[in-house]
Formats: sequence, C-alpha cells, structure tokens
Amino acid sequence: MSAVLPALGQVALLALLLALTVPLLARHLARTYTSEDHLAVERVTYRVLRVDPDADQHWRTYALSALGFSLVGVLALYALGRLQQHLPLSLGFGALPADGAWNTAVSFVTNTNWQWYSGEAALGHLMQASGLTVQNFVSAGVGMAVAAAFARGLARTERGGRVGNFFTDLVRSVVRVLLPIALVAACVLVLLGVVQNLAGDRVMDTLTGGTQVLTGGPVASQEAIKELGTNGGGFYNVNSAHPFENPTPLSNLLEMYLILLVPFAMAGAFGRIVGDKRQGYAVGAVMAVLLSAATALVTWAEMAGPGTAPQLAGGAMEGKEVRFGEAASALFGAVTTGTSTGAVNAMHDSFTAPGGGVVLFSMMLGEIAPGGVGSGLYGMLVLAIVTVFLAGLMVGRTPEYLGKKIGQREMGLVAAYVLATPVLLLVGVAVAVSFDAGPAGVLNSGPHGFTEMLYAVTSAANNNGSAFGGLTSGTPFWNSLLGLEMLFGRFLPMILVLALAGRFAAAPRVPAGAGTLPTHRPLFVVLLTGVALVVVGLTYVPVLLLGPVVESLS
Amino acid sequence: MNTLLDLGRQSLAGLRLLLVATLVLGVAYPAVVLGFGRVAAPWQAAGSLVTAAGDRTTNPSDAVGSSLLGQVVDDPDLFSNRPSAAGDGYDTLSTYGSNLGPEEPALIDAIRERQAALAEANGVDVADLPPDAVTASGSGLDPHISVAYAELQVPRVAAATGLGEDTLRRLVEAHTEDRTLGVLGEPRVDVLGLNIAVQQADGS
Repeated sequence: MSAVLPALGQVALLALLLALTVPLLARHLARTYTSEDHLAVERVTYRVLRVDPDADQHWRTYALSALGFSLVGVLALYALGRLQQHLPLSLGFGALPADGAWNTAVSFVTNTNWQWYSGEAALGHLMQASGLTVQNFVSAGVGMAVAAAFARGLARTERGGRVGNFFTDLVRSVVRVLLPIALVAACVLVLLGVVQNLAGDRVMDTLTGGTQVLTGGPVASQEAIKELGTNGGGFYNVNSAHPFENPTPLSNLLEMYLILLVPFAMAGAFGRIVGDKRQGYAVGAVMAVLLSAATALVTWAEMAGPGTAPQLAGGAMEGKEVRFGEAASALFGAVTTGTSTGAVNAMHDSFTAPGGGVVLFSMMLGEIAPGGVGSGLYGMLVLAIVTVFLAGLMVGRTPEYLGKKIGQREMGLVAAYVLATPVLLLVGVAVAVSFDAGPAGVLNSGPHGFTEMLYAVTSAANNNGSAFGGLTSGTPFWNSLLGLEMLFGRFLPMILVLALAGRFAAAPRVPAGAGTLPTHRPLFVVLLTGVALVVVGLTYVPVLLLGPVVESLS
Repeated sequence: MNTLLDLGRQSLAGLRLLLVATLVLGVAYPAVVLGFGRVAAPWQAAGSLVTAAGDRTTNPSDAVGSSLLGQVVDDPDLFSNRPSAAGDGYDTLSTYGSNLGPEEPALIDAIRERQAALAEANGVDVADLPPDAVTASGSGLDPHISVAYAELQVPRVAAATGLGEDTLRRLVEAHTEDRTLGVLGEPRVDVLGLNIAVQQADGS
C-alpha cells in the first residue's frame, strides 16, 4: 500500500510540470507557425537552401517537399550505414547489411526509431550523432510542420488549397522549438549523469578482479532530442533502461516530461491557430483522458503483478530497474506508447499480460494520447472530424468542423486515413505469420510469442518503435517488412492529411447553425474519446484476443 | 511526369537542408553539449567512474567501475547484484533484459533456480527473497538492489568478512538512496559504493 502514494505522486508531479509549461510552449508554437517575421539565422538558412520562405505552397507542393526531404534523408542515412567502416569514429564497426541499413534509414526518417541492432555493438559515434541525431530533429520537425499546415488549413478561408511553406515550417520547428529545448535538456541530462564523450570502448578492472568495458559516446545530446522529438531510438540496445541514458528517477521524470511536452503543446497551439483556444483544450483533454486511463491500467497491472512468474518472484520486476521500480516503469510505458516515442525504461516483453496488452492497445489507437509531435495532433483532429460526422448522421445534418463543411470528398480522405494504418497493420501481421521467417524470430512460446510479432508490426505501422524485444528482428524478412510498414505508416496518413488541409483551406467558412455540434464542450470530449476507443480500438479486438487477452486468461 | 520533376526539385532543396542540418544538429549541437560536459560535469560526462578508494575519477584505468553500472560480484565477502541477462552478466557490449514473458517456462524455471540458490547461500527462506533478487533487470546493468535484498545479505557478508552486522547495516544505510522528492523511483542501494565501503572496512 505504501507504494501507491508515490505512484500517484510521480503522476501528479509530471502533470504539474506539464500544466505549468505546456501553455507557454503552446503560445510560442502558435506564434512560430503564424509569424510573418524571420529570424536572422533563418534568413541565412533560406538563402542557402535557395527557397522563398514566404511562398505559400499548394498542399501538393507542400507534400512533395515533405516527401522529397524525407527521401533524401532515407538515402543519406542508408549511405551512412552502408559506408560506416569508412567513417571517422566508427569504433571499428563495419557496414550495416543492406536490409538493416534500409530498415534503420526508414526507421529514423519516419520518426519511428525501431531498432533491429544493438547500438553498442553496431554503430559508431558519427553514425549516431551525425546520422541518427539529425533525423531525430528533422523527422520530428516534419511531423510538426504537417500538423501546423493542417491547423492552418482549418484556419484559412478560400485560399485555393494553399497551406503554408514546408521549409519555413520545418526550419522554424527546429530553430525556434526543438533545438533550444534539446540543448538545455541535454545539458541537464549530463548533470544528472548521462554520458557525453567521444571515447571508444575501454576496459576497467572491476572490484572483484574481473573486467568490464566502459562504453562512451555522445549520449546526452541524442537522449534529449530522442525524447523531445518523440523519436525513441536509444543510443544503447536497452534504451532508457540503460543507466548511461537514464541514470536516476529524476532523469526519468525529465525524459517523460520531454516526451509529453511538445505533443500536448501542439494541441494548445492548434486552438490558438484556429482562433479559438477552447478547441485546443478540448482536443488536449481527450489526449489527457486517454493517457490517464492507459497509465492507470498499466500501473495497476505492473504493481499487482498478475501472472505465474511475477507471482512466483513476489513482484513484476523482471525487465525492470530497481531505481524505477514497477510504478515509474509502468508510467514510462504508458507515456512512450501514448506518444509515438517508443523509448523504454523497462522491457515491455516482460510486462504482465494486461500491462503489455494496454501499451500495445495505446499504439493501436494511432498514438493520439497525446501522440507524436505533430502526428498526434493531426491524428486526433481526423478523429474529431469522424466524431462530428457521426454526430451529424444522428441529427441528419451536414456535419461541419470549425466552420468547414465535411462533405463526401472530405469524408473519403478521412475514411482512407482511418483505414490506412489498420490495413497496413493487419496485413503486415498476416504476412508475418504466413511465412516461416516471421515466427522464426520469436523468443517466447504460445500467445506471448504471437504478441511479439503483433507488437512489432503495430509499433512499425504506427511509427512507435518500442518492441517486445524478444523478437529477433534483425533478419532480411523482418527488416524488409517492418521497413515497409514504417514507410507507408508514416507517409500515407501524412499525404491524406495534407490533402484534407488543402480542401479545408480552399473551402469557405459556414456560420455555425442550430445543427452544429459545438466542438469545445465536455460532450464533445466524451464523444471524441468514445470514437477513438470504438472506431479505432474495435478494429483490433480480434488480434488482441489472440495475444494478450488469451495470455491474461491463461 | 510533372509531379516527378517537382519531387526532384523539392528533393534538391531538401538535400541542401539536410546538409545544413547535419552541420548544425549533427556536429555543432553535440559538440556544444560535449563542451558543456567537459566544463560543468566532467565526471558525469565520462561515465561516473569511481576508484577502489571510493573517489571520483574520469580515468577508466584508475577506476574499479562506474557508479551507474552494476558488475558481476560472485564473492561471498561482498553484496551481490541482481541477476543479469546482459551477455554473461553485466556485459556493457551486450545490454539486454531477458525479454521473457510472465508465463514463459524458461523464466519460471530461472526464478525457481535463483530462489533455491540464494536461499541456500544466504540461509534464508525462499519467501523472504525480494523480487529484484530473483529477476533480471531491464538493462542487465542495474547498479542497484532493493533495501530488502541488501539487508538480507548482511548476515552472510558478516559471516564471510568478520565485520559486525551492525557495521554492515550502517554501511547499507549510508549507501541507500530514498525516493527522489519522496515520490520518484524506489528506495535503492548502490551496490558498488557499498562494496567499496565493505572492502575498506574489511581491510582496516
């Protein structure tokens, strides 16, 4: 019983930190995406890029800019991986295999950060710092840019499908938001014990006459943006469970705070951009409700410790660190899967069956609680449109959202968005179980083994990146399959959302009438929460039955 | 065709942006953090290393370990760490949790074996063993054990070293950290720091 109060206390502390700072960042974000002025350093950048920062792009051009930039990112990261042995600071590591380099390139460009490799045994410092860390920043920036474009589309009237400038949005996201916060956070992390050096592996003689290798690396600089950008790719194999990435309960709190900061602030920024702050509060409230529910369930599961092994050991400490214990591991698990982060401070594969089931379900919801930086917001807004559509059906009125009529074409795009990830996910799982190479990577037996595969495909299709780590995924089959899942899971929804933004930007604004569903009231919060759980969640009930549910009942 | 041309043109701008980003975010940013670490927190930046005398050092050849990394201790004179799934135990080049699920027979067997071995080594009942003593950590490098597990080992270490149980309990207490701000994380014992103190007390 004595552990329950601290478990609640850590949630209260995290919520307090967010409550104090999210509104400030929300205001800053809204200004970032609406200001007409450019900073001096931004002007220099645009000159180097040879782009006109004030050119208002049609949504198609915006999408092509985002795709083109991501394409270049994939190619560059692939090349770095394949040529690693020639890079400085490679620590003697060789080239990544073709399938592995592809997987990693797609993984970091899509903000997924799925990792088939062990950082300490495969990657040199330059690849980590100049390859992966860069994508941690810019992939987050791409997500934020697209969310800003979507909010802008809703805010505009009759602008012929123009939604802003991709390069301006991306550069501003990095220069005005991500880099300054990451820099401060990285320095604080160093003070808390996260390593930051360029040393290679050195051998220490231990207290009892054995040896242990001391690994080095630019960890803190990567750690800060890994969390802030909801990326999640660890410097080391065990990610934020590694004491060099996450040394203390305080660093653990800071990392969870960084994960949640921008996604929640994006909701607030949305309200400001569309000129009605209450709209942002409503969306943020749904995010908070879903995250709180997931946190409560995972925390209960891990602290109660159902299941044979936890009961035998006296607690669910397999795969968990003593400094975090069950509660802080459960909270981190809920936070990392409610966002598209995928960093872990405990091994999800060893979570209790209900605990592992809830983190899996959080990803399946499309990571909207509060989701990835940017992707969480636009994912939630698409569901908001589904909600007004369903409400419109009930009263027999043409639905509208923020004064934009939701017609057949708009609903077509929304339906495609809502179906894209489930189709990718379920087809992916079906492919995985249909070939011997899929189950060949599984570590655990029975339904838990199936969950390892389900979790991997879910994580990739939703661009999360956390894993049931028992799955040996560094094989050509898994690397190829998950690479495709990540690629389509990122860019299909993104293109659809930009198309939707373009249609909204072109449309006139209709005044609210008697049949208009107010989208800032508690009723809407309840409806939207229900839609998220029912429309999206129900899709996955059959596969969940096969995995975590069966395991929980066994 | 037009779309492809457009994509090509956008990609070129994207390439220029990626190059700028690599210089700023991939070189300058880590370098600034590196510089900050050198100046403000050289000990932490180097890995929180400690010497056999318990002093801080940044030189791995002077160190007996890192206060953030657990290490293999199979010496009855010293306090044991948790089981580890990293390589052959506490292998920093192969950091792993076991990744075994709650119903996995291999995990259940492993817990039973650890319980039997620890109960015998420490002369206690299986039911008295705390969960962290019989489970592998997430990183395989957990530098801590629970207070319960440390106290449970006191009689064994006392018998092996000849140090008094009270002395050892005081040392355990001195190397125990409580929850941060009363709510964050769990109370825990720094095993390396404790063992250094035990060796010093033993030698004096």
